[in-house]
Amino acid sequence: MAYSDKVLDHYNNPRNVGALDKSAKDVGTGVVGAPECGDVMKLQIQVDDSGRIVDAKFKTYGCGSAIASSSLATEWLKGATIDEAMQIKNTQIVEELALPPVKIHCSVLAEDAIKAAIDDYRTKQGAEAPAES
Amino acid sequence: MTIKTPIYMDNSATTQCDPRVVDKMVRYFAEDFGNAASRNHAFGWQAESAVDQAREEVALLLGAHPKEIVFTSGSTEANNLAIKGVAEMYASKGRHLISCVTEHKAVIDPLKHLEQQGYEVTWLEVDGMGRIDLEALRGAIRPDTILVSLMAANNETGTAHPIAEIGALCKERGVLFHTDATQVVGRMPIDVQSQGIDLLSLSAHKFYGPKGVGALYVRRKSPRVRLAPLMDGGGHERGMRSGTLNVPGIAGMGEAARLAREEFDQNVAKVQALRDRLEQGILAGLPDAVVNGDTEHRLPHLSNISFPYVEGESMIMGIKDVAVSSGSACTSASLEPSYVLKSLGLGDELAHSSIRFSVGRFNTEEEVDFVVDLVVREVTRLREMSPLWEMVQEGIDLSKVKWTHH
Repeated sequence: MAYSDKVLDHYNNPRNVGALDKSAKDVGTGVVGAPECGDVMKLQIQVDDSGRIVDAKFKTYGCGSAIASSSLATEWLKGATIDEAMQIKNTQIVEELALPPVKIHCSVLAEDAIKAAIDDYRTKQGAEAPAES
Repeated sequence: MTIKTPIYMDNSATTQCDPRVVDKMVRYFAEDFGNAASRNHAFGWQAESAVDQAREEVALLLGAHPKEIVFTSGSTEANNLAIKGVAEMYASKGRHLISCVTEHKAVIDPLKHLEQQGYEVTWLEVDGMGRIDLEALRGAIRPDTILVSLMAANNETGTAHPIAEIGALCKERGVLFHTDATQVVGRMPIDVQSQGIDLLSLSAHKFYGPKGVGALYVRRKSPRVRLAPLMDGGGHERGMRSGTLNVPGIAGMGEAARLAREEFDQNVAKVQALRDRLEQGILAGLPDAVVNGDTEHRLPHLSNISFPYVEGESMIMGIKDVAVSSGSACTSASLEPSYVLKSLGLGDELAHSSIRFSVGRFNTEEEVDFVVDLVVREVTRLREMSPLWEMVQEGIDLSKVKWTHH
């Protein structure tokens, strides 16, 4: 199967591979997928006091399209507000990477990973608030 | 020395036609183009003589008599002819057959077809190395068993079954024994007499011959095996396979058989040395890579390796300078890992992470070293990107993680 140039570019030069401190209060971590399905994505965001994402990192076990989808997601997340991040749709990823129909699930997984990371961040913030009061 | 890429290391899928084989074939297209069944003129005699010569070479390779060779379009047809041909011819004796879950689809599907027609098939299981239990085979044979069909060696893992022991057991119990030897010809010794084989399938393109031609060995004496043909027509090949003979292909197969026999020792020594160099190099660079199958009784040219924590398709993408096969294909939302690897007890995750390397006699040490470096580098890079690898480094047991299935 032929991959688009953008998928190949992200696969060969993935952006923002790595890990943030998952125990930090200002870091949200989302892990989605399962090894037996052939895809696992871990996406992390670091958020400042104003609700802006200042850093994003990923690690992905999966095919080239899954790696490219998560790499692209981190690019879009950096500098975005949480509200903007919530607006990212898998169809935008499909369009940007020119994913074929059989690879659409990779983009869905990336969207799920973004939401899971934001959920985790929000849960941590919520848990933190009562502790301070 | 410069390496030309992509490097071909998928010789279990097909092999490069030997230039000597091509030379042998060419004249039968436009020069000696006769029909081997034409008995009235020199064109036909030329073609027939080419076929006779090839038949002799294929017989010599297997330790058979030339009259026991039926030319077909390849192993798929030979397997279908053996299985369906025996089932139909011996139906009055019984309607039970025995095979194994790791067989090639070209054996499994004809047997499934028979199951739909009221035949019964016992599917033997395999252990973690892909080996059958001879006692389980012995126990499965019944008075109404007409055929045991077990491959000589597996196309994915390379695991070789104990053919001589299976042949002896079948002989003792009076059951016909068919073996799909597609992967084995030219790579491991075959002798239909000492190994007690009654029917054997082979395909020319797996031993440096042309595609579209193969053969079925059909025992003529003690016992004489009879087959119902798949196709009716002019009664070619002693009535077992009607259809005008593919003379250029058959001539090529004969030459490939001659080379496989005469150069057997040097070919096996070469591919085994290359395979061992490849496997040892990869394992030295990636100590937790796992070799699948039976490393003691195995095809000499093949190595099936799982690379934990790295997904197969992304790996194939990373090592695109080498042509290999993957244990899974991520072509849909529901991935289908190899049924052969799964029957060895490999989890889906390891099956997804497996690559089959199969070297050939046209590969070189330089190519092997290039591939070792490439594989070690790419797996290391992809692992750095893998959340599973990270979890394992943190001491997390992946089997205890609650995954979100999608």
